Amino acid sequence: MVATTDTPNKTFARTAGLCETPMHYCAGCSHGIAHRLVAEVLEEMAVLDRAVGICPVGCAVFAYDYFNVDMLEAAHGRAPAVATGVKRACPDAVVFTYQGDGDLASIGIAEVIHAAARGERITVIFINNAVYGMTGGQMAPTTLEGMKTSTSPLGREPGLAGYPIRVSEMLATLDGATYIARQSLHSPKAIMAAKKAITKAFQVQLDGRGFSLVELLCTCPTWWGKSPKEAMDWVDEGMSPTFPVGVVLDRTL
Amino acid sequence: MTTPRQLMKGNEAICRAAIDAGCACFFGYPITPQNQIPEYLSSLMPQHGRVFVQAESELAAINMVYGAAATGVRAMTSSSSPGISLKQEGMCYLCASELPMVIVNVQRAGPGLGNIAPAQSDYFQSTRGGGHGDYRTLVLAPATVQELYDLTRDAFDLAEKYRNPVLILADAVLGQMMEPVSLTREPLPMPAPLPWGARGTRKGSRTVINSLYIIPEDLEAVNLRLAEKYAQMAREDVRYTEEIPDNAEAVFVAYGSAARVCMTAMEQLEARGISTGLARPITLFPYPYEQISALANRAQHLLVVEMSLGQMVEDVRLAVEGRVPVHFYGRTGGVVPTPDEVANAMEKVIRG
Ligand SMILES: Cc1ncc(C[n+]2csc(CCOP(=O)(O)OP(=O)(O)O)c2C)c(N)n1
Ligand code: SF4
Repeated sequence: MVATTDTPNKTFARTAGLCETPMHYCAGCSHGIAHRLVAEVLEEMAVLDRAVGICPVGCAVFAYDYFNVDMLEAAHGRAPAVATGVKRACPDAVVFTYQGDGDLASIGIAEVIHAAARGERITVIFINNAVYGMTGGQMAPTTLEGMKTSTSPLGREPGLAGYPIRVSEMLATLDGATYIARQSLHSPKAIMAAKKAITKAFQVQLDGRGFSLVELLCTCPTWWGKSPKEAMDWVDEGMSPTFPVGVVLDRTL
Repeated sequence: MTTPRQLMKGNEAICRAAIDAGCACFFGYPITPQNQIPEYLSSLMPQHGRVFVQAESELAAINMVYGAAATGVRAMTSSSSPGISLKQEGMCYLCASELPMVIVNVQRAGPGLGNIAPAQSDYFQSTRGGGHGDYRTLVLAPATVQELYDLTRDAFDLAEKYRNPVLILADAVLGQMMEPVSLTREPLPMPAPLPWGARGTRKGSRTVINSLYIIPEDLEAVNLRLAEKYAQMAREDVRYTEEIPDNAEAVFVAYGSAARVCMTAMEQLEARGISTGLARPITLFPYPYEQISALANRAQHLLVVEMSLGQMVEDVRLAVEGRVPVHFYGRTGGVVPTPDEVANAMEKVIRG
């Protein structure tokens, strides 16, 4: 964490959107950055006190200890259905899910597709790190062709294990989706762009305009077998050719 | 607004009760023989300013209930056996996270896709937890359309009393049956959301709804606290009814539709000069073990009748601990036993 100062010229402080609890993420993992961006955006939009977050099953399973808002733990993949229940029962809540690629693109693909198709006024933060982090780096639906994981030890072979799913492009075909963007968290510049996308996604929800999702290309240095620096670089060099960064859908224009 | 007595189908009575109990949200998925419930509610709920969503699956429906219940409103879902199997994941999380909700199972025959005919073969699944882990669901077993209405209304109160899901275990006979229902109970407006509901920290505190406890001792403490709730259910909310003449030679034990068949069989036996009684559990969890146990001193024989290969019979045997012979008669696969065959089975039990 960056040091904070209490001088009159304070330029940086912990966002009120995060609890003091130290995060358990590995060194160089993007989950912490993603949490911080979401929390900052909720604080800047002044909606922390009506935010309800849904955590995934995955490395972010303890997000209910980190986000300083009302939090629900969902069963693996079901967060968009849980979010639907929250939002329909309490329409003035600002509802978001925070889900990994195993959670969202594999076991929970039906829930996110239908939440998008219904145009649920929720915001999905989708963490794409190309592996199942929590369970030991197994192949995910987003694992790249040829990428080695603990269940594709020789590299993902499309003839046997298929191809990576581009979730953002797929969901963008649905009329209920309003705003979908893919951003990366590998550099300060990319992080600023990601924050802009997250802000836009929540604005879409606040305006009652339908489903919004931000896919974030993230690191998993631990299971990629890379140093934090190498992992950050690989997000850009290895992942973005398959998962191009940018606004995928914006129906507010 | 409502006439005191109205002829209605079982599935409709459930819907009326949900509206009258102040249910704010219903999430469902089509499956026969409960389709009328989402069909009726798709118009009734919006008419009353409530939420209706047709989910993409039972998995989604139960998880939508989880989300709605977490905000502190009254929420409900319904399905039939194969769909209830899919809902077990959510039921388990709802129990673990201590969220009140009501779920209806209009049972059909299994296993597998089975068929759409009536059955009582989901008793084990209903009363033993159904999903993974140490937990129980409060289970109500109506036997009339009136009870479908009354028990559905009570289910919402019981769910909130215990912060636990309550299951209405009906079947295809009850769902389709038409009977007069007395609607004398005042309909409730939608209650204000419960104070702990996850609607944002603006309520003055932060709500976390969770069932993850990494430290085994912590989870053990949670499970023991849940077990204390189940024990309280057994102390305070067992429901049971009986009709046992003093001269009864033997007693039927049955619930739901099977109990209705037994009542007709009792009349036939009476005509044959044989006096019998009926013991009918209304709560299947908590089970009326004490009341069934007491039958050991009051009857020569117990005959358990179920539309299954014998599931509740295990609880009856547990209750009487071998002090009286417990016989079983059941039909499976969606076959409803006729009063005739049930009466014959009882006569055989008595005559030996
Ligand atoms: C029903 C069910 N199946 C499997 C698991 C095991 N499991 C836990 S986390 C996880 C995958 C998480 O991967 P991902 O969503 O990519 O998130 P990450 O850990 O990479 O952040 C799996 C399969 C589970 N908890 N529940
Ligand atoms: S295993 Fe991977 S995704 Fe999980 S915390 Fe570590 S680096 Fe992050």
